[in-house]
Amino acid sequence: MELVESINPSEESWDMVIRPQRSLFDLRLGELWRYRDLVALFVRRDFVAVYKQTVLGPLWYLIQPLLTTITFTVIFGNIASLPTDGLPQFLFYMSGTVVWSYFSECLNKTSNTFVQNANLFGKVYFPRMAVPVSVLISNLITFAIQFVLFLLFVLYFALSGSDIQVHWTWVVLSPLLIAMMAGLGLGFGIIISSLTTKYRDLRFLVTFGVQLLMYATPVIYPVSSIPEKYQWIILANPMTPIVEAFRYAFLGAGAVESGYLLYSFGFMLVVALIGAVIFNRVEQTFMDTV
Amino acid sequence: MSNVVISVENLSKSYRLGQIGTGTFANDMKLWWAKARGKPNPLLRIGETDHGNHDGEDLWALKDVSFTVEQGEVMGIIGRNGAGKSTLLKILSRVTAPTSGKVKIKGRIASLLEVGTGFHPELTGRENVYLNGAILGMNRREIDRKFDEIVDFAGVEKFIDTPVKRFSSGMYVRLAFAVAAYLEPEILVVDEVLAVGDAEFQKKCLGKMGDVAKEGRTVLFVSHNMAAIASLTQQSLCMDGGRIVLMGSTSDAIEKYLKQTLGHANGSQSGYMNLSLLKRSPNIINPDAQFEWVCLLDGKENQSGIFFEGEPIVIQLGFRISRETHNLQFGFGVRNLELGVELFVTPSRTYYQAYAPGRYSVRMNLSPNYLRPGKYSVILKMFANGRRQETFGESVTFLVEKSRREDGEMGHERWRSGLLRFDFAWSDINNRRSQDA
Repeated sequence: MELVESINPSEESWDMVIRPQRSLFDLRLGELWRYRDLVALFVRRDFVAVYKQTVLGPLWYLIQPLLTTITFTVIFGNIASLPTDGLPQFLFYMSGTVVWSYFSECLNKTSNTFVQNANLFGKVYFPRMAVPVSVLISNLITFAIQFVLFLLFVLYFALSGSDIQVHWTWVVLSPLLIAMMAGLGLGFGIIISSLTTKYRDLRFLVTFGVQLLMYATPVIYPVSSIPEKYQWIILANPMTPIVEAFRYAFLGAGAVESGYLLYSFGFMLVVALIGAVIFNRVEQTFMDTV
Repeated sequence: MSNVVISVENLSKSYRLGQIGTGTFANDMKLWWAKARGKPNPLLRIGETDHGNHDGEDLWALKDVSFTVEQGEVMGIIGRNGAGKSTLLKILSRVTAPTSGKVKIKGRIASLLEVGTGFHPELTGRENVYLNGAILGMNRREIDRKFDEIVDFAGVEKFIDTPVKRFSSGMYVRLAFAVAAYLEPEILVVDEVLAVGDAEFQKKCLGKMGDVAKEGRTVLFVSHNMAAIASLTQQSLCMDGGRIVLMGSTSDAIEKYLKQTLGHANGSQSGYMNLSLLKRSPNIINPDAQFEWVCLLDGKENQSGIFFEGEPIVIQLGFRISRETHNLQFGFGVRNLELGVELFVTPSRTYYQAYAPGRYSVRMNLSPNYLRPGKYSVILKMFANGRRQETFGESVTFLVEKSRREDGEMGHERWRSGLLRFDFAWSDINNRRSQDA
């Protein structure tokens, strides 16, 4: 479906033309912008609806990362005694958990876009991209809440005398890091969601795959603990430089090189672009296959 | 400049029948790999033949549909299930893309294929109004402006801040319809949404739809509710098998639709028969002329095998002359199939003109149609050059249905009985005494 929104001088002035296929790169981001109220309402819906009729409500946003961090601290820190670059174990795992969960939530939730919204998409038109974009935003809010919690712990540990250095230049750059994670999560997520319209098996792979990917990312160990000759494997993972950069920014330890970050950034752009193109193609006809 | 706001041009949509791909990625890869090496399909069971058609056959849900709708027109779309109505609406609503052809639209279009699309049970009525409104294409300011009217129309003021999962189903549907009813697009596409709520609310909805039409907005309205179609629209499309079979006044379209439905219930009544396929009378050697086909048309010149009581029937005959004729005559009759009785056979006029060998057609008008509801077959005879040609004791069959119009119109219609209907002229009633005087 190609939508020519501009006035076509050769014929009469049609506002819209529905055609079999629109061009590959016609992503119609302008239309998405016009539907920004809808994106906002989706975000609100996701946020409000999740914890309705729960006792603790939004407190779950804080309990989840805390419990994960404590588990990691006990298992990987105390039982397995993995190194943490000399950082307090609790902060080390918490930084990893909070950052990683933003990426993994973005990926997991956007990968359900088509299958979960088939009913809605089958009845009414709006830019389909509004759904994954709203997922990114609602997860960003969750992330912000969890990140504030993390910062409070950083403050607590700093005041109680732990060796923590905050690198302000990197702190200032952290929104860029978040954007990169969002882009990666979105890109992978919409590629998967586009493919799951045909292959349902991918859904099982995603939950599992994301979990495995976490172990290939320095969430529970620092890159420096990996033998030099295997480090490239971990560094090939575009999430690695991001997680390390976060640690370096807020805690002061981690392997940060602008080259690796640039690689992540490029990776993100490619994945997001491929995702957008496939998504754009699939959204036009997926109702016939779902 | 014309006032056409929707122009549908050669729109087609095909669906694949059966499974798309093999369903799993692994099997698709196997299939692809086998194909790439030129090996047979590895997923095929032994003994099954490979038709080379793994993607299934194409089903054309819409085929070459073209029509235009003018500004302010309220157009009904009717047709049997599977006629292509919903596919057409889905394409107009941009839910799915057409396979070929295009649609050009002037103005903002909104479609209502369902009420309450995107309603979330955990959200309050207020939140859902905003969410649903935004999904339907309104922005926040528009909804702000109409919010009170919407709530008022739905009659749920007291509960507007309650999660909709606590609403009664009636309240839920009323609120959902109300949001849709206050959409203000230039073009509104509506599908069957009126089949919701209680009778009173349905009436209210119809009223609202009528108002929308009066405001000069263009409405496309799909429904199986003929009363609603008839009261809301003047123009209608009747679809069948993915094509438009009739586009015209709503009453014509409804008639066509009713015939389709009746035909469907009574086996195929196409109103056409290829007579050259029938077994011919063996005693006629070397005929001068032969029937080729027979076709029945209704008053609007549409081919049909179903007629309403009293509706004129046009019989069209195709025949071939093999040897020049100077004296040609047809016989036409009707057989009642339920009783197996020949009702009548009447001769045509004699055609004395010379007709050279070739293909011809002739038509006659069965008017007035004095057949009562039932199943009939056409009897055909032909004489040429003084010789009897072929005879068909039964050919194309057709149904005569009880007339819609006469239902209830005249209470005395139910007195009518017997095999034939005649409408004789009756004089005024005279006072016996004054006549005597």
